[in-house]
Amino acid sequence: MSQIVDAKGLACPQPVIMAKKALSDITEGVITVIVDSEASRENVRRFSESQGCTVTVTEKDGDFHLEIAKGYTCTVPGQAEIPTHPTGKKRVMFIQSETIGPDEGLGKQLMKAFLENMVELEDHELPERMIFVNRGVFITCLWDQTIEKLGQLEKRDVGIFSCGACLDYFKIADKLKIGKVGNAFDTVQTLIQYDNVITLG
Amino acid sequence: MLRNISFNDGNPDLIVGLEHSEDAGVFRLNDGTFLVQTADFITPVVDDPFMYGRIAAANSLSDIYAMGGQAICCLNLVCYDSCNIKSHELRNILLGALDAVREAGAVILGGHTVDDREMKFGLSVTGIVEERSITRNNSARPGDLLILTKPLGMGILTTANKVDMASEKSMETATAIMAMLNRGAAEAMNEVGVHSATDITGFGLIGHALEMARASNVSFRLSTDTIPFLSEAVDLAGMGLIPAGSYANRQFAEESVLFEANITDDKKMIYFDAQTSGGLFISVSTDKATRLLEKIRKSGASQAEIIGKVTDLQEKYIIFA
Repeated sequence: MSQIVDAKGLACPQPVIMAKKALSDITEGVITVIVDSEASRENVRRFSESQGCTVTVTEKDGDFHLEIAKGYTCTVPGQAEIPTHPTGKKRVMFIQSETIGPDEGLGKQLMKAFLENMVELEDHELPERMIFVNRGVFITCLWDQTIEKLGQLEKRDVGIFSCGACLDYFKIADKLKIGKVGNAFDTVQTLIQYDNVITLG
Repeated sequence: MLRNISFNDGNPDLIVGLEHSEDAGVFRLNDGTFLVQTADFITPVVDDPFMYGRIAAANSLSDIYAMGGQAICCLNLVCYDSCNIKSHELRNILLGALDAVREAGAVILGGHTVDDREMKFGLSVTGIVEERSITRNNSARPGDLLILTKPLGMGILTTANKVDMASEKSMETATAIMAMLNRGAAEAMNEVGVHSATDITGFGLIGHALEMARASNVSFRLSTDTIPFLSEAVDLAGMGLIPAGSYANRQFAEESVLFEANITDDKKMIYFDAQTSGGLFISVSTDKATRLLEKIRKSGASQAEIIGKVTDLQEKYIIFA
C-alpha cells in the first residue's frame, strides 16, 4: 500500500516539502502526492525527478495524482503499467485536422463517421484522452452532431482537450462546445507518457 | 478584468493611463511639470523585517524610475495581522522602507493600515518627470540594444528561502539586489537619453519584455549568454521551488517566445520567473549603449548587461538565441 500525501489547496512550495519528507522516510517504494494546481504538479514532478525518482501523473476529478517511485529504476510500476494496462485504456487519440486523407470533402465525412462511431466502442476500448489540435479544434467548436457524440464519450470518462493556442489562432476560443482547453505542456506530456497514440487527420 | 471599463474620459492632461500596461501613470500638472504616480505592495520575500520593508519600498519606487521620473513623496500601505505580529517587527518594516525612501530623496507623508491575516507592505509613490524624460514602454526601435540592470532568479530564490532551501550566501546576494534602488540606473538613463524602458517585476523578464515588444511592434533577440541570473536559482528550479506566478507567466507568454538556444527547461524558467524589485529593462540606440551600461554599473548595478537587440517584428516577439 503506497503512502498518500494530500497536498491539495497548499501554495508552492509546500507540496514539494511534503513530498520531500515522505520520500526521505522511505528507502524504496512508491508514494502518491495529490495536488490541485498545475504549478504544484510541475514543482513536485521536478523535485522528484531531481532526486532520481520516476513520476507518473494522472488527472482525477481536476486533481493531479503523482505516483513517485523511489529506489528502483527498471521495474517502476507507474511506467511499466502504461503499455500493459489490463483495460487497455491508456490510449490517446491525437486529432490534428478536420479531415482524413487527401480529399477534403471525403475526408471530413470520414472524420465525422470515425468519431461518431466511437460511441459504439466498449468502455475498455475507449481512449483515455482525445486531443484536438490545429484545424482539429473546428470539430470541438462547430460540428454539433459530432460534439453531441463526444459528449457521450466524455460522460464515459474520455478526456476531451482542445489546443488553446489553436483556438486562439483561429479566433474561435469562445465557440468551444465540449471538453477542456489543453496547453502545450499537457499535450506533449500526454504524448510522451502514453504508449499508444493514435493520430487522425 | 479591466477590459470593458474606460478609465480615460478624455481629460487632455491624462498622458499615460491604465490602457497602456505602463509602469506608472503620468498626469500633466502644468506645461512644464508632469506627475507620475504608482502604488504596489507585496507579501514578505525575506525573513528580516527591515530588509522586507526596504525591498517592498524599492519595488514600489521602481515604477517611478521605469517612467524616467524622480520620487517625491510616499504613503505607507500596511496590511498586518495585529494579533500575531510583534510590534518591533512592524516598526522595522517601516524603518526599512524609510531607509529606501530617504535614499530616493523622497519623504513619507503618511499612510494607511488595514488588519489582514497575511502581511503585505508597500508604498504609494508620487513623483515628477520632465516631459523629455518620460520613458514609455512602447517606443523600442529596431537596431536598439537592450540592457537589463539586475540579475534574474529572485522569485525562485525567495520561494526556496520560505522552506530554508536556498543557501545563506545566495539569499544575501538576492536580498542586496532586491533592496537596491533603480534610481541610479534611471538617472543614467535620463542623462544618456533612451528610447524605451520598463522594470522587471511580477511578469518576469519575458512578460515585461513582451509588453514592450508588442507595444513597440518589434521583436527582441535576447542572448542567453549574457542575461544575468543567480546561478543557484537554476538548481532550485530543478528541485521544483518555482513560484506559481512564474508558471502563470509561462502559460501567458510562451506562445510569443521562441527558444532557438538549446537550454534546459530549468533555465527557461529563470526567464519566466516572477521578480520582486527587479532591474530596469532599457531599449537604447547602439551608439549610446556602452556609455549607458558603464554609467549604470558605476551607479551600483554592477551586474547590468547588454542582453540583446531589437529587430523588426518577427513571427515571435521574443527570441532567445
